Amino acid sequence: MTASTRPPVLELRGIHKVYGEGEGEVRAVDGVDLVVETGEFVAVMGASGSGKSTMMNILGCLDVPTEGTYRLDGTDVSTLSEKQLSAVRNRSIGFIFQSFNLIPSMSARANVELPMLYAGVGAGERRDRAQAALELVGLAPRAGHRPNQLSGGQQQRVAVARSLVNAPALILADEPTGNLDSHSTEEVLDVFERLGTMGRTIVLITHEPDVAARTRRVVRMRDGRIMSDGPSAPSHGGYGAHSEDVA
Amino acid sequence: MNVMEILRSSLRGMTSNPMRSVLTLLGVLIGVGSVILLVGVGAGSAKAVSDQIDSLGTTTLTVRSGSGGGIRFQDLTTGVADALQESVDAGDATALIAVVPEVTSSQTITAGTESTTAQIIGTTANYFDVTSSKVAQGTAFTANDLTQSRRVVVIGAELATTLFGSQGDTDYVDPVGQTVVIGSTPYLVNGVMAAKDSTGTESTNNVLVVPLTRVQQSIAGYGNLFSIVLQATDADAVDMAEAEATTVINTALKIESTDDATYTISNQSQLLAASTSTASTFSAMLAAVAGISLLVGGIGVTNIMLVTVTERTREIGIRKALGATRGAILGQFLTEATLLSLLGGALGVLGAVIGSQFEILGVKPAIVGSSVVLALGVSIGIGVFFGGYPAFRAAKMRPVDALRHE
Repeated sequence: MTASTRPPVLELRGIHKVYGEGEGEVRAVDGVDLVVETGEFVAVMGASGSGKSTMMNILGCLDVPTEGTYRLDGTDVSTLSEKQLSAVRNRSIGFIFQSFNLIPSMSARANVELPMLYAGVGAGERRDRAQAALELVGLAPRAGHRPNQLSGGQQQRVAVARSLVNAPALILADEPTGNLDSHSTEEVLDVFERLGTMGRTIVLITHEPDVAARTRRVVRMRDGRIMSDGPSAPSHGGYGAHSEDVA
Repeated sequence: MNVMEILRSSLRGMTSNPMRSVLTLLGVLIGVGSVILLVGVGAGSAKAVSDQIDSLGTTTLTVRSGSGGGIRFQDLTTGVADALQESVDAGDATALIAVVPEVTSSQTITAGTESTTAQIIGTTANYFDVTSSKVAQGTAFTANDLTQSRRVVVIGAELATTLFGSQGDTDYVDPVGQTVVIGSTPYLVNGVMAAKDSTGTESTNNVLVVPLTRVQQSIAGYGNLFSIVLQATDADAVDMAEAEATTVINTALKIESTDDATYTISNQSQLLAASTSTASTFSAMLAAVAGISLLVGGIGVTNIMLVTVTERTREIGIRKALGATRGAILGQFLTEATLLSLLGGALGVLGAVIGSQFEILGVKPAIVGSSVVLALGVSIGIGVFFGGYPAFRAAKMRPVDALRHE
């Protein structure tokens, strides 16, 4: 297998994240070891307060762990300068947030172009690549619309397109369907599944079992620790059939 | 990220909330505009004063009897004027070219049914040249009129209107050739002087100028002169002319030392200096008021910039998550702040230039270059600092904190 010749995309060893001190101390992440190889489609599951959002921030280099080492694509992130971290966030990670986090004053295409802007890609190429990414998520005809002219599902697909444009080693999605209705959820999950089959490495954080069921590997967290790690349970017929149970 | 892209994203930031951008612009515009305009009004009024004094002639000196509070032993007589004239004629006083004695008297003047009180100035024919009094209608009187002590007068513009009406009135009569009666003696009106700016409390337009000899014969007698106006060869020779005049007058009045002088010599440049200092005080006051308005405008800009950056902390978080460096964030917000204050400042300058085409408080403002530079500099400085500081703090935030910001 080729994966053995190159380092894992993610390698976490003894990661701790502690907020506050003394009495008020909160151990949000309490000793996590995790390895994710290239091309894996992983769900990190857990109830709120299980530490999964903190994990997401650490994985995305938005926050630094109190303790432990985190290698992203073979690089120890803790050794990087602020500027190098910006470059890592720009090129190695594609973010998808629960609240979409599109910039409201910019069109869908301009939003998708943003990571390339910071990567120093020229205007013509930016335009072409943004258009291609929007096509991949099925939104090419809506490229000129502003976020407030798009539905929630469409906004999230724009965010997915934005996460792809710099061909990052890791796509990191934090509750990507948390703010979506069942129909939009289906749209977005279809896009993820397609990316998964294309060989993209995806880490998806969720608390919904039906969403996790669409991935290939599920990591369950509780109280800042990993409780179980294994292949996802076979789906019982897709998200739509269970939407009423979840509510 | 190159300059064009920073510029483009700053422009997008500015247009995404047009109301706020317009208000910011307005704050800077009013601040900069009022500084330039009010400093301009100050400079304009100073210029008006010095123009007025210039028009009186900076080459004239006035000799009057009496020194500050001293007892008057002797007064200016025609003898003094004659002595001065002799030294000019003889070429002893090289800096002096004209000597104009004046006697004055306030008299009731009658013309037809109209009657008024006016100032009579008895003087010589060169009075008109030396005091820059233009004769608008008719002619001045001549040296011959003086030696013959003819009963001719040249009247001031205001007096002409009082006695003969103003041009265009139905009962207007051309004053030239008419007769005015001073006391009980009739005089022929030879000419009418153009209106002059009034410099002091005494009206310079409600006057009659009469040959000196005539006034001495029938009105004022052969006593003392009111004053002697001297003309120097040019503005630089005024001090030398004063020294020469002092020597001649001291000899004529047998005064040993200048400390015992019973007369004073004043010149227009002293008046000019006094007026200029008054005008500069006025300018400084206006500039202070304008400076306060610029400060208030600056505080407005600061406030709006702080709100803008705080409100867009989440956007900053998103941009950082997508790989924006601190420099890129800082560059964007700094450019935005600079553009806003630059644009506001430029519009302020434009507004001030347009405003300066009109008279303000009766003064035509004169734009002062340094005030433009200063006002623009201060407004841009405020924009950059107070827009840049919050942006700098936001750029330094951890992305996770910035993203959490609502």
